[in-house]
Amino acid sequence: MSSGYRVMVGVKRVVDFAVKIRVRPDKLGVETAGVKQAMNPFDEIAVEEAIRLREKGHAAEVVAVSMGPTVCQETLRTALAMGADRAIHVETTKELQPLAVAKLFEKLALKEKADLVVLGKQAIDDDSNVTGQMLAGLLRWPQATFLSKLSVSGDKTALEAVREVDGGLQTLHVPLPAVVSCDLRLNEPRFATLPNIMKAKKKPIDKQTPESLGVDVTPRLQTVSVDEPPPRKAGVKLETVQDLVDNLKKGGMI
Amino acid sequence: MLARVVSFSLARAPSIGARGQAAIRVTGTCSSVLPGRKFHSFPDAKLGLSEEQLMLQETAAKFAEERMLPKAEEWDRAEHFPVDVLREAAELGFGGIYVRDDVGGSGLTRLDAAVIFEALSGACVSTTAYISIHNMCCGLIDVFGTEAQRQHFLPGLTSMKRFASYCLTEPGSGSDAASLMTKAVRDGDHFVLNGSKAFISGGGDSDVYLIMVRTGDNSPKGISCVLVERGTPGLSFGKKEKKLGWNSQPTRAVILEDCRVPVANLIGKEGEGFKIAMKALDGGRVNIAACSLGAAQKCTELTSSYVKQRKQFGKPLGQNQSLQFKLADMATSIYASRLMVRDAARLLDAQDPAATAHCAMAKLFACDAAWKVCDDALQMHGGYGYLKDFPIERYLRDVRVHRILEGTDAVMRMIISRNILKD
Repeated sequence: MSSGYRVMVGVKRVVDFAVKIRVRPDKLGVETAGVKQAMNPFDEIAVEEAIRLREKGHAAEVVAVSMGPTVCQETLRTALAMGADRAIHVETTKELQPLAVAKLFEKLALKEKADLVVLGKQAIDDDSNVTGQMLAGLLRWPQATFLSKLSVSGDKTALEAVREVDGGLQTLHVPLPAVVSCDLRLNEPRFATLPNIMKAKKKPIDKQTPESLGVDVTPRLQTVSVDEPPPRKAGVKLETVQDLVDNLKKGGMI
Repeated sequence: MLARVVSFSLARAPSIGARGQAAIRVTGTCSSVLPGRKFHSFPDAKLGLSEEQLMLQETAAKFAEERMLPKAEEWDRAEHFPVDVLREAAELGFGGIYVRDDVGGSGLTRLDAAVIFEALSGACVSTTAYISIHNMCCGLIDVFGTEAQRQHFLPGLTSMKRFASYCLTEPGSGSDAASLMTKAVRDGDHFVLNGSKAFISGGGDSDVYLIMVRTGDNSPKGISCVLVERGTPGLSFGKKEKKLGWNSQPTRAVILEDCRVPVANLIGKEGEGFKIAMKALDGGRVNIAACSLGAAQKCTELTSSYVKQRKQFGKPLGQNQSLQFKLADMATSIYASRLMVRDAARLLDAQDPAATAHCAMAKLFACDAAWKVCDDALQMHGGYGYLKDFPIERYLRDVRVHRILEGTDAVMRMIISRNILKD
């Protein structure tokens, strides 16, 4: 791949992280009606990284992609306002689960001849953390997930990706085309500037549907129930250190 | 092709950057008070806005929360003029919101500006008010300046590389602005300025001063607007005033002693200065009213959280009907203020001849209402409201001056009654 990659970035519209969420009365999910929504924070980091790749001269084009009902276009406009060049909206009102999303991205990545797909590591509504991994599997492309640092190799055919893993930091050499997912420390997303917000109006948003991409998005997982965590119970006050040790032993903690 | 492991280290991951603290963000500046996460905001400032305006509001609110709110208490206490954060705001386009975009402005409307200032003000009223004054000055040059003046001064101002101050008030003329006495006498291709201006926001720190001076007779038509740059011999400043609020912006007297200013720095025509000054103030009033609105909204939200947590007589304060009714009144007056501010802004954008009177009504109503809302908010916090550990008292101190500057409540009533009594 010569310089001038096409970078595809996934952005998901989720309940804003600062909102106090409530479980729906039917206990099958979280209340989203009338609740403030925003771009998934990890996706903001993904958009920022893609734009930085373009600003450094590695990427030629950043394409933002979102999937879901019409209102997803708001999230795409935010990505465009941050600096993405164009956007694609895969419109559907059906429930989209990670495997379906990965299949849709597979079709889009091939159709648009993307060199790199950048996703957030997980969405803060379902915390699945699988879409990027499954997409790489479907495309049979290399993957680097939980990125905390990304740079381009000298000959520009690969990425040097630093991942945050349980044991510390792992550096991977990732030949392109590839799929990466972004973690919290990768970058600080920029604010959309006022001029860019106004420019975003004129950038194109192409429409697709699961049908036009030939993907069956029928859900394969069924949510059985959603509950709030049990309220915190009061703890027990202990008088002496011996009591503490006895209790820890009784609880099998030491 | 597979990815190849290059190295694996037990190096500690770097610490989370400021923005990365998304999940553990603390709003409010006091470590002992964590306002509850809110399900919604009421009355909702998002209602009635276009998709673009919602994005402008979102950017402003995010910037305010991340860059201004954490520092607001410190800026107030240390009387610090946050030049670095102001310049960050300018990078986003807040330096010349309604200035045309060929000189670095954002080319937006007065309504967009009102939405932005309301959002920023929730974090720091004082700093936002200064940004609005700077915007008022830039707008003035954009509308009344020559092409050469626009190209020369505005790029530096819209980027906030340089700051601007608006100088109308004098020790002897406040509400009676047209009786100003600072004189400008023509001498060849210069004006020689003598006099002084009082209570100038940004005075001493600003680079560009828009000064209303008397070039002609003692009528309002004898006043002109002249741009004076800091460093010009004969331009000096008084001591920094100690104020009840607005502490993140310096306030000083501006002193002119045989200050020679090129005639090329005349903004508009000779004799147009008073008209220019008043036109600028119409927008300034909408902006200040928007700042008041942001403070009132914020204080109401803080209070709503507080009365749900604080218990007395065995139940949360919020279960007392007297406080519920008080909160309802606060919300209602915010809603009314918001409608007036946004409507007045729309009239300005439409260049409606009735705009001036409506800007006056909006300013009068919103600034008085905000003072009352912030005062009620403080009262509902009880003793804690009086402590500087809680942000309420700072909002109250900051909004108090909005009832005075850019036209007192009395001057607003003069404008309004004049319009009612017109033939």
